[in-house]
Order: sequence, then C-alpha cells, then structure tokens
Amino acid sequence: MTKKIILAAMAALTALPATSVLADADYRAKAIAVIKKDFVPRGQADLDRLAEDGVHAICNRTGNNPPAEIAKVLEGDQMADVKWPADGKLMGNWKKGESLAQSGRGFTWSDKPGLPVGGNCYNCHQINPKETSYGTIGPSLLHFGKLRGNTPEIQKYVYGKIFNAKAYNLCSEMPRFGRVEALKPEQIKDLVALLLDPESPVNK
Amino acid sequence: MDHSPQKRMLVGALSTLGALGALTFSASALAQEIDHAKAAIEFEKFRAEMEDSNPSELFELKGEELWKAKRGPKNVSLAESCDLGQGIGKIEGAYVQMPRYFADADAVMDAERRIVWCMVEKQGFKFDDIAKKPFATDTFTPDATNLVTYVAAHSKNMKIAVPLKDPKVKEAWEIGKEMAAYRAGPYDFSCNTCHGTDGKRIRMQDLPNLATAAGAIKGVQGWPGYRMTGGIQLTHQWRMTDCFRQQRFPAPKYTSDAIAYLLTYMIGNANGQVYKGPGIKR
Ligand code: HEC
Ligand code: HEC
Repeated sequence: MTKKIILAAMAALTALPATSVLADADYRAKAIAVIKKDFVPRGQADLDRLAEDGVHAICNRTGNNPPAEIAKVLEGDQMADVKWPADGKLMGNWKKGESLAQSGRGFTWSDKPGLPVGGNCYNCHQINPKETSYGTIGPSLLHFGKLRGNTPEIQKYVYGKIFNAKAYNLCSEMPRFGRVEALKPEQIKDLVALLLDPESPVNK
Repeated sequence: MDHSPQKRMLVGALSTLGALGALTFSASALAQEIDHAKAAIEFEKFRAEMEDSNPSELFELKGEELWKAKRGPKNVSLAESCDLGQGIGKIEGAYVQMPRYFADADAVMDAERRIVWCMVEKQGFKFDDIAKKPFATDTFTPDATNLVTYVAAHSKNMKIAVPLKDPKVKEAWEIGKEMAAYRAGPYDFSCNTCHGTDGKRIRMQDLPNLATAAGAIKGVQGWPGYRMTGGIQLTHQWRMTDCFRQQRFPAPKYTSDAIAYLLTYMIGNANGQVYKGPGIKR
C-alpha cells in the first residue's frame, strides 16, 4: 500500500516541470552511489541506515519542498502509524519530560544500543526558561501551553507531533521519535506535559 | 606527545569562562542572546591569546620531520616523492588549493587523502594499517595528522582556491552538494539539517551554513586544529566523520570519495577567503 503510493508519487515527481530538480538528478544518483560504497557499519549504526524511506525519497528529490498533493498523501501515511496511548490520556509528568528533553543521547555509533534514548529537544528548541543552553533549529517552545492552550485538541496535536513530526509537515527537520521507537508513548506523554501542563515551568 | 601545560592552561581558562557564563546568564531571551555572544567573544579572545603559543606548532614540527625523513618499506621521503599538486615536494600553497584532481590516482583528493595516498604508493606503508587508527587519541597522534598540519601551515594567510574550473573537481563539488542534502537514518538528518541555514545553533554551538562563503570558511578555519575539548590535534577528515556520527549514519571510510567530495563542496564554497593556518578549535 505505502509502496504503491510512493511509486505513484515518484512518477508524479518525474513529470514535474521543475527543471532544476531534474538537472540535479544525475548528481544525486552519483551521490547515492558514493554513499553506498563509502560507508562501513559501526556500533549500532548499520548500513541499512543509508537507505531512503518514502519520506526521505520525496524530500531529497524536492529540496524539502514537495508538491502539496504528494505531501498530503504521505503525511496521511505517517499519521496512520501514530500509536495513541491505550488509556486515552495524553499528559504525563512534566518533570520526567524535562529530563527527557535534556538528554541528547541515542542512536549514534558511540551510544550503547538498547540504552534509553533522549529527546534531544533542547538541541533544537528553547523550552524551559531556566535552560539557557538551547538550539535554534526549531522554533522556541517557551510558554507553549500558555500561548496555545491545553485543550484535548492541542494535546493531541503535540503528542502526534512528537510521535511523528512528518505527519504534519512532511519534510520537517524534526525526527519522528515515536515511529523510530526512540521514545515510547509514556515518554511522549511526559513531554506533552512539559509543554502543556500549567504547572510546568514552560508556562510560568 | 606531552602537551599537559597547555591542557592545564586550557582547563583554567575554560573554567573562568564557565564562571563568567554562570554569573551573567539571566532569564530574559534578549539577555541570553547577548550572553551567548559574550561567551563567543570571550572564547575568541582566549583563542587569539593562545595563538602566540599555538599548540598546532608542535604537530607542525613533528610533521616537518616526517615529511623530510626517508621512511616506510621503500625508504623514501615524501619531500622527494610526493606531489601535492604544486610539483614534487612543494608544499607552499598546496593546502588551500586542495581538494584537486590527481591524474596519477584518478581521484579528487583533499590534503589528508593525498598525503595518505603518498605514504602508501610512494613509501610503501599499508593503507589498512594507517586506516586502523586514523585520528588522534589522548596518547597517540597519527603521522598523517602531523603531516597535514605541517602542510596546512604552509598555506597560512593564503586565499582558498579550490580549482573548481577543473571539470572533475566541479563534478566532485556537485556530488558533495547532493551528499550534504541527503537525508536518511533514524532521525532523517542530512548535513543541511544542521548546517543549511544561517544563524542556527545546537545548544550553544553555532552551526555554520556551509552553502555560503561566510559559513564555509568557518568550517575550514582552524582545521587541522588543536581541540580544546580533549586536548588533541584533529583534522578535517575527523570533523566530517564525527558529523556523520551526529547524523546517526554509519561511518564513512577514511580518505574516501565521500569525504573528499563533501570537503570539495565545503572548501570550494570558501574560495577567495583567507585561510589562517592550523589553529585551535573549541
Ligand atoms: C533536529 C531538530 C529538532 C529536534 C531534535 C526536535 N525538534 Fe521539534 N521542531 C523542529 C522544527 C524544525 C520544527 C518546526 C517545523 C515543523 O513544524 O515541523 C519543530 C516543531 C515542533 C513543534 C511544533 C511547534 C508549533 O508551533 O506547532 C513541537 C511541539 C516540537 N517541535 C516539540 C519537540 C519536542 C518535544 C522535541 C523533543 C522530543 C523536539 N521537538 C525535538 C526541530 C526539532
Ligand atoms: C545533528 C546536527 C549535525 C549534523 C547532521 C551535522 N553536523 Fe556538522 N556540526 C554539528 C555540531 C554540533 C558541530 C560543532 C560546532 C562546534 O563545535 O562549535 C558541527 C561542526 C561542523 C564543522 C566544523 C565547524 C567549525 O566551526 O569548525 C563542519 C565543517 C561540519 N560540522 C560539517 C558537517 C557536514 C559536512 C555534515 C554532513 C556530513 C554535518 N556537519 C552534519 C552538528 C551537525
């Protein structure tokens, strides 16, 4: 099913008039060939990590700017595999969320496989005003709950966004933490609380 | 090699910096931005001060010895056998004009790749032995690291001039550009995730935009360099490798096309900018 959609999407892409995309295709093919031959597995990082999935394939071929129709279909695909918590509750413990957001550990060849993975959130986002060492690849999430509210809809959005950012924005630079099983549903709930709980320092 | 006095000095200066940060950091976003800038300025001052006793010079000296000595199974020196693109044994300006295409190897090569190629082809060392421990550790600095530092020092204050008019080099640049944009792996990262836009940071570390001349030169300046965190001398090959680690990719092969093409892209983007020689990195 997913494969068929991707194939259709790829076919649609090659039919696009964007000449620059096509001009780059040759070099891209060469780049992929070089990547295939010039890496070795190390630690937990196996060579299968070099392969593109459907989202990579489309984003890599459109400069992260896919045609809206393709984006919509593939975002739907990503949304379909978001796992919602069994108990229906979307907010956990913001304190646990804070320590998860702090940790940047996980998935590199120097990390021990199987150890709990961090959220990396501060690498890219401002979140808790007390943490002054934060990255700027993503938008500031300071006062997120204060600004966006704490309704069931917004809780659902934040949970889904952390589980799979590509379900909302196909070529987002944010990882798909739930989909790749970096974070479990319980952990994602704690992060939702960090952003939305009125008691969280984020909203003070 | 023992460089503990420098190490002690570094630790002292770094803890001063840390204390300064703790005192001046305040809650407002603007103040944070200012403090971030201040920390960068403090670091820069300190780095400039260190330049008088640039720890890279120790590695340069060692590299000079290695360059001139008859070595390897074939007992020849690199000075009498190795062409870095300016003629056999000539090193003036060689570093800022690499990567370049070398017909004898039929490959586009950055400085370290070329030096290792010479060690293998001219001196008879085994590539696999060199590639086993390619980068410095606390107790060990590879010969290639010393050599590349020596060669780079002879391009100090020269303009970067990667020969992009050469079609082979231009093609390497184009492939490197595509590689920098290639997203994959568990986090869907490419180089451009972190280095594709101006003014981004990971935590407090500034991320140069490698697509621009101003950003690309930041990625070239100070390499090969003495890394204050760890107190060891590291090269561009190491930097590329460690960024692939951060990208959650498997490991690129040492002195591979993959690294040479990325370096061609990045250093080529810095063409026309002045290279200040081996330096000190945070
Ligand atoms: C590699 C960088 C990166 C990391 C790591 C990252 N994000 Fe993001 N995030 C982004 C970017 C870029 C956006 C904006 C683009 C988009 O919406 O996808 C974003 C958007 C968001 C949004 C939506 C903001 C809005 O205004 O709707 C939320 C919520 C969010 N991130 C939470 C998190 C949390 C929680 C974590 C840690 C588990 C995290 N992010 C880790 C880059 C990152
Ligand atoms: C997940 C984010 C991330 C990714 C992906 C990434 N880098 Fe980096 N890069 C960093 C960080 C963090 C630093 C360290 C900056 C510092 O030490 O100040 C850095 C440093 C560098 C530097 C040295 C900059 C300097 O000031 O000397 C270069 C060059 C570089 N990266 C190139 C690359 C290339 C090429 C790729 C793709 C193979 C890449 N990076 C992928 C985060 C990343």
